[in-house]
Amino acid sequence: MSHAERTYPDPVVNLETERYWAAAREGVLLLKKCKACGVTHFYPRSVCPHCLSGDTEWYPASGKGRVYTYSVMRRVATPFAIAYVTLEEGVTMMTNIVECDLDGIAIGQEVEVTFRTTEGGHALPVFRPCAKGAP
Amino acid sequence: MQRRSKTPIAKAYIAGAFEHPTRKAVDKTVPQLHAEVALGALQDAGLTKDDVDGYFCAGDAPGLGGIAMAEYMGLDLRHIDSTETGGSSYVLHVGHAVEAIAAGRCSVALVTLAGRPRAEGVATLGARNYGAGVPDVGFEQPYGPVITNLYAMAAMRHMHEYGTTSEQLAWIKVAASHHAQYNERAVLRDVVTVEDVLNSPMIADPLHRLDCCVISDGGGALVIVTPEIAKAIGTRCVKVLGHGEAIKHLNGGKVDLTYTGAVKSGPVAFAEAGVTHADIDYVSIYDSFTITVLETLEDLGFCEKGKGGPFVADGNLISGVGKLPFNTDGGGLCNNHPNNRGGMTKVIEAVRQLRGEAHPKVQVPDCTFALAHGTGGSIGTRMGSATVILGRNDA
Repeated sequence: MSHAERTYPDPVVNLETERYWAAAREGVLLLKKCKACGVTHFYPRSVCPHCLSGDTEWYPASGKGRVYTYSVMRRVATPFAIAYVTLEEGVTMMTNIVECDLDGIAIGQEVEVTFRTTEGGHALPVFRPCAKGAP
Repeated sequence: MQRRSKTPIAKAYIAGAFEHPTRKAVDKTVPQLHAEVALGALQDAGLTKDDVDGYFCAGDAPGLGGIAMAEYMGLDLRHIDSTETGGSSYVLHVGHAVEAIAAGRCSVALVTLAGRPRAEGVATLGARNYGAGVPDVGFEQPYGPVITNLYAMAAMRHMHEYGTTSEQLAWIKVAASHHAQYNERAVLRDVVTVEDVLNSPMIADPLHRLDCCVISDGGGALVIVTPEIAKAIGTRCVKVLGHGEAIKHLNGGKVDLTYTGAVKSGPVAFAEAGVTHADIDYVSIYDSFTITVLETLEDLGFCEKGKGGPFVADGNLISGVGKLPFNTDGGGLCNNHPNNRGGMTKVIEAVRQLRGEAHPKVQVPDCTFALAHGTGGSIGTRMGSATVILGRNDA
């Protein structure tokens, strides 16, 4: 059973991250990879946190991952699940888990990206459980 | 492990320590609270503000770094340090003060903390806001991170990897409450049981209300001096034997919430002090939440990684009962967590223990060596860690 969802505040968008948010509006989760050391990082930066190279490039994520950890916030009008999801590309990002029974979320659970519209009309990547039997 | 026998040499001493008695400061300003704790610590040391030539403060001090508070208190300084690492700042400041004193940059260092979140009605259910220019903000704030659910995610992962239970976490609160019953100034003085903790409202799974620290106003101050000044002041001065500091973060998306910056700050402090875990008679461990204590004790090496649950259970942290008495003032969990920054009170209670001035019911007999540890920011994202190891005047 899905839960009622809170309203989502707008992200802060800046020169380094506007492309990420523009892609999100198109339904794409973008990641940043370093062309010098080859390592993907998160959150996306112009400068690679692993080698400080400024030669980084965007690429689309598969959108699939697993719940690394989560917590359901209970002491609010509309309870919600905050989580870290480890993507197939190896990085772990903060997010929300939606379209599920909040009491049924589990570490290790397979999830896939979906998007929510924020108060100011941005698209926010969130994750929902993968459909059972889906590849 | 055998206890050490050699007398460690201290480069500086804590001569004054003062915890503001208030827990709700409706009728005082923040600068006033800073000045009151400064006076308290200076009087405790038998010094005056004109003796102070080094000042250390963090982000809770109004104004630009230490400038405004130096003016407010009329300080004439030759050394300032406003390193900001959240609640760990004041533990870190002790270390920086020792370095400055050893380098001859100051001889009497004052550290202050003050704030009034209760009087100002600042709710911790809101997201912490460090400004739109902070690079992580866009990728985190829309998801509703607050203090509790960030620490809760660390607890959830620790439980998953190591089998830690809510009952084990609850024992940390139980131990703190056993100590707080003797502290007449503690916000929460009732002794609680494991069941009380588990039956308190769930705030953010798996943390209950009683897994969380109190919100309180007030603050505290420390005065750190040269060995020569300490000798003149007398035997209530406490040796600072070692310190370490670290920042731990999300590492570009290689996230591991099961450990803290204490894995780095702890070994540095122990190595400098030349003592081992078996030497430590008392610990002050940052306790914003029960999980903070559990992960920190593991990371400092008081037990094997992942074994924090069994280690804290069954009263092992209760003075007079367990093997490692902690936070004998009741800690942030029961006594005081002024301005949501618990590092200062951690050092103050360690000083009380080494002076033999803790409450008689919780005083550790023959307390010779103590450790104080601070955590700042969030173990669920990015954090500062600072560890100091202190010794009794004759240690």
